[in-house]
Amino acid sequence: MAAKTIISRPIYGTLSPQPGKHHLFVADAEGALAIVDMAKTAPPGFFDGAEIVFIPGPDGKYVEALEALKSAQLHVAPSFASLLPRLKQTLTNAHMGLRLYLAGTEGLIGQAMQVALEAGIDHTSMQTEHRGSLARRMQCVHCKGITENVTTQPATCAHCGLLLLVRDHYSRRLAAFQGVCINAEDRSEIPPVEEAFP
Amino acid sequence: MSTGTTKLDVVVSDVVPVNDLVTRFHFRRRDGELLPTFSGGAHVVVEMRDGDLTRLNPYSLMGSPLDTREYTISVRRDDVGRGGSLFMHRSVKPGLEMVVSYPVNLFSLDLRAKKHLMLAGGIGITPFMAQTAQLAGAGGNFELHYTCRTASLGTYADVLQERYGRRIRLYHDDLEERIELDRLLSSQPLGTHLYVCGPAGMINWVRERAAALGWPPETVHYEHFAAPQPGLPFDVTLAVSGKTIRVGEQQSLLEAIEAAGVDPPYLCRGGVCGQCETNVISYDGKFIHNDHWLSEEDHRSGCKIMPCVSRFEGKSLVLER
Repeated sequence: MAAKTIISRPIYGTLSPQPGKHHLFVADAEGALAIVDMAKTAPPGFFDGAEIVFIPGPDGKYVEALEALKSAQLHVAPSFASLLPRLKQTLTNAHMGLRLYLAGTEGLIGQAMQVALEAGIDHTSMQTEHRGSLARRMQCVHCKGITENVTTQPATCAHCGLLLLVRDHYSRRLAAFQGVCINAEDRSEIPPVEEAFP
Repeated sequence: MSTGTTKLDVVVSDVVPVNDLVTRFHFRRRDGELLPTFSGGAHVVVEMRDGDLTRLNPYSLMGSPLDTREYTISVRRDDVGRGGSLFMHRSVKPGLEMVVSYPVNLFSLDLRAKKHLMLAGGIGITPFMAQTAQLAGAGGNFELHYTCRTASLGTYADVLQERYGRRIRLYHDDLEERIELDRLLSSQPLGTHLYVCGPAGMINWVRERAAALGWPPETVHYEHFAAPQPGLPFDVTLAVSGKTIRVGEQQSLLEAIEAAGVDPPYLCRGGVCGQCETNVISYDGKFIHNDHWLSEEDHRSGCKIMPCVSRFEGKSLVLER
């Protein structure tokens, strides 16, 4: 569970069924279990108006668990990039009364939230639950490149190669934590690298 | 000086009867300068000096925010109220020098919205006059549904239809025309924000249906100024200033506190904004809470009161003022 350190660091809740006409779930890997747990408290017929979009983790698990919920639609996608056109299309055609639930890694929650914000949903109106890896999506503040699945502190920018301090400073607009050069004064100074976001 | 209650010296530049119940008042600055900028949904508190009595009533600004040469308000005559609207209708004439507060907005547009859906009932139309002007000037997407008793009491319905055509939809009670609320709320594109201003019953109905149909609370905006209700006189001890005061039948607790020379903060004077929230030190009796600010729990606790609209009946009341 992420601790609140500075104001921009997102904190996540526990999914709970909201009043609404349509329910859209976007989840990856262990995020499926957040939906399964929420289903235990959902009113009868809740999933009749629900669509679940799921990106399985490397182990490929939890697809059957989601199938068992018998949602109106279940779409399994190999990556966030591959489901993005579908997600945008759904949100473009949606009406007020659609509720959004995001569950899984911070990278997934952040990127889905970014698309939903553009569609006009306030971030406080979305249900979120963090499950699984603590890996971060990071923007290098120097070259602006995004590095996915950062697990170490410090971390190397995949674009410009600078060694970056991964800050808790988060941008909802970019769906990324900010990475700032950790040894700008003396590049030969290499601090120990720890597995900080397993 | 109370927060946000900096005063403006104005002169009444025009008084225009709009229909049987509503009159419009125009104010300009006495020094001829422009008035402060405001945004659609803002109100001013108008000071009414009626003999020994000073009333301070909030009214929504209804002119275009793009024009600050004058402020305009529309006042609906209330023959059984505490007399503020009657004073405006009977005693306020062009040329009268008055004092109004700086504008305060507790009902502003959320400009992140993809679309603005507005529901007005009766004199609740006034903030939307300014909001529609603001949005139209910026190419904003809006739709206004306006319920009035009869066509002749549909204040500004003609003006709005002439300005905005099909974006304005009217419903007349006498013709039994009703908003199909569930269908309206369910057919709005994602990213729509809802604004409602009108009688308390209408606001409650719209908020209840919107919540049930899955509108997040952040997307539902409403404004209802509760006019202070008259009631039995009661005595209050102000512990901090060491005064004991009597609240008259037609006076609000806030007005009585002010009349005693104590200057608590306030903004809306309608039980909405929370500025005048006051701690209760002790009491023996019962509160008559009329505000929309405190939670039900606060109301039950007997620890807080909103003196702008709420009253008290009983033996003693001591406030931290």
